Amino acid sequence: MRGLVVRLFLALALPALLVAVWWLASDGSTNVYWPPLRTVLAAFPDVWTGERLRGDVLPSVVRLAGGYAAAAVAGVALGTVIGTHRRVRAVCEPVLEFLRAVPPPVLVPVVMLFAGIGDAMKVAVIASGCVWPVLLNTVEGVRALDAVAAETARSYGITGAARLRHLVLPSAAPQIFAGLRQALSVGIVLMVISEMFAASNGLGFTIVQFQRGFAIPDMWTGILLLGLLGFVLSVVFRLLERRALGWYHGLRASSRRSP
Amino acid sequence: MSLVEGRSVDPLLTVSGLRKVYEGAGRRVEAVRDLSFTVGAGEFVCLVGPSGCGKTTLLKCVGGLLRPTAGEVRLGGGPVTAPPPGMAVVFQEYGRSLFPWMRVGRNVELPLRQKGLGGERRRELVADALGSVGLADAADAYPWQLSGGMQQRVAIARALAYEPDVLLMDEPFAAVDAQTRADLEDLVRGLWRERGVTVLFVTHDIDEAVYLGQRVIVLSSSPTVVQEELAVDLPVERDQLHTRVAPRFAELRTRVYEQVQAAKRGAAPVEDAGARTYPPR
Repeated sequence: MRGLVVRLFLALALPALLVAVWWLASDGSTNVYWPPLRTVLAAFPDVWTGERLRGDVLPSVVRLAGGYAAAAVAGVALGTVIGTHRRVRAVCEPVLEFLRAVPPPVLVPVVMLFAGIGDAMKVAVIASGCVWPVLLNTVEGVRALDAVAAETARSYGITGAARLRHLVLPSAAPQIFAGLRQALSVGIVLMVISEMFAASNGLGFTIVQFQRGFAIPDMWTGILLLGLLGFVLSVVFRLLERRALGWYHGLRASSRRSP
Repeated sequence: MSLVEGRSVDPLLTVSGLRKVYEGAGRRVEAVRDLSFTVGAGEFVCLVGPSGCGKTTLLKCVGGLLRPTAGEVRLGGGPVTAPPPGMAVVFQEYGRSLFPWMRVGRNVELPLRQKGLGGERRRELVADALGSVGLADAADAYPWQLSGGMQQRVAIARALAYEPDVLLMDEPFAAVDAQTRADLEDLVRGLWRERGVTVLFVTHDIDEAVYLGQRVIVLSSSPTVVQEELAVDLPVERDQLHTRVAPRFAELRTRVYEQVQAAKRGAAPVEDAGARTYPPR
């Protein structure tokens, strides 16, 4: 119980301090672009009504989920193929390095050309940015398959789909999750950017609308909401990762105890 | 055909003219030159040799994990070209050989699933194998929650549950401490006697080879040939306390030691009238 209180205190101390500093520093502000935090917070419930949450936040989250899921599936599938076959890797690696180096936001105008300005475009943009961290990490994870584990599997006739399911994917899982975590932050960025270019709803669209209409406190509430969304998603991700990689964290903890 | 402790046994495993050359990057390494030996059904044979003598290469060829350059391995009449269902391997690196993402029970069960056994039979085999290595309660633990010796027991249980005709062991106790090692040696010998499984046991430890085996095959240094085969005429009942101080044990280990030393120098087998030996074939 005491431990929990201490941990909660440690976790909340800095955010509380930062909010307090923001509150005090902006309290007497008369600058239009830098409204007092009090004003921003007062505007929050008025701006983010149930209707807005349904009309703008939900579409954004759905696009993010769609693009992210597509990227995860494609990244893991392609990464497994590339990581398993040396030849395929030799052919693909230079191209992958190039494609990874292209900043994903630059794809927005390009994707708009052939995917239009609807949801398909936004999902495609999110997917095309999220896929790289997943793909490259999966390749590395699959490549790093332990030789003894692989021989053990072979000697017990564990081949084909069973090998993939029980050996290759679980052993690459820590790396795959590292890729998925990076992809999540990339995805949020692309979600907002794609909605800023061409959209009729969504978080990014709404924030730009507020800014153009000089509804500055409302704009700030949108930014706060985006931060909260990112925070919640990362907490959810961490919970899922803890569940899926419980064995990995245990293994690491046990090898730290007895090297 | 070999004569062991007065009974004659048919060869279950035959290695004939085995040769393995590694080629790559302009280097050509002949690891195994010309190896021939047989292992009878139900026999316990130990392979010893100086370090780096290609023991692991040999075992991988026997297990069908590595394709020999020449010669062949036959198991029960058929040639071994891929890992055969009648063989199970216990590796030295138990920590890497067990899957850390699976609990102990699942680790033992996985190969059985692959064999297509039904759920009932699998549970039976897993419980029986874990029980016989003294880990009946550990099925729900993860391998990394166990000590090194216990992990190697799990690997042995996995091999037993697979119900192999031949159990291949590649320096299985090289990475555990001395006391655990003695326990595991007795465990393996006990399991061999109980279950009648054929064991081919690779080690660099001369005492271990003499203590465990019915027969010791001494390998030369690389490129490997058989330096000598030696029958271990110690009683079937062995224990760490008495067997290791028996005069005959000392004679045998001296004999094997001399052969290993001769192998290191690259000399011909040392002649000794005191030991019953088989000439290299």
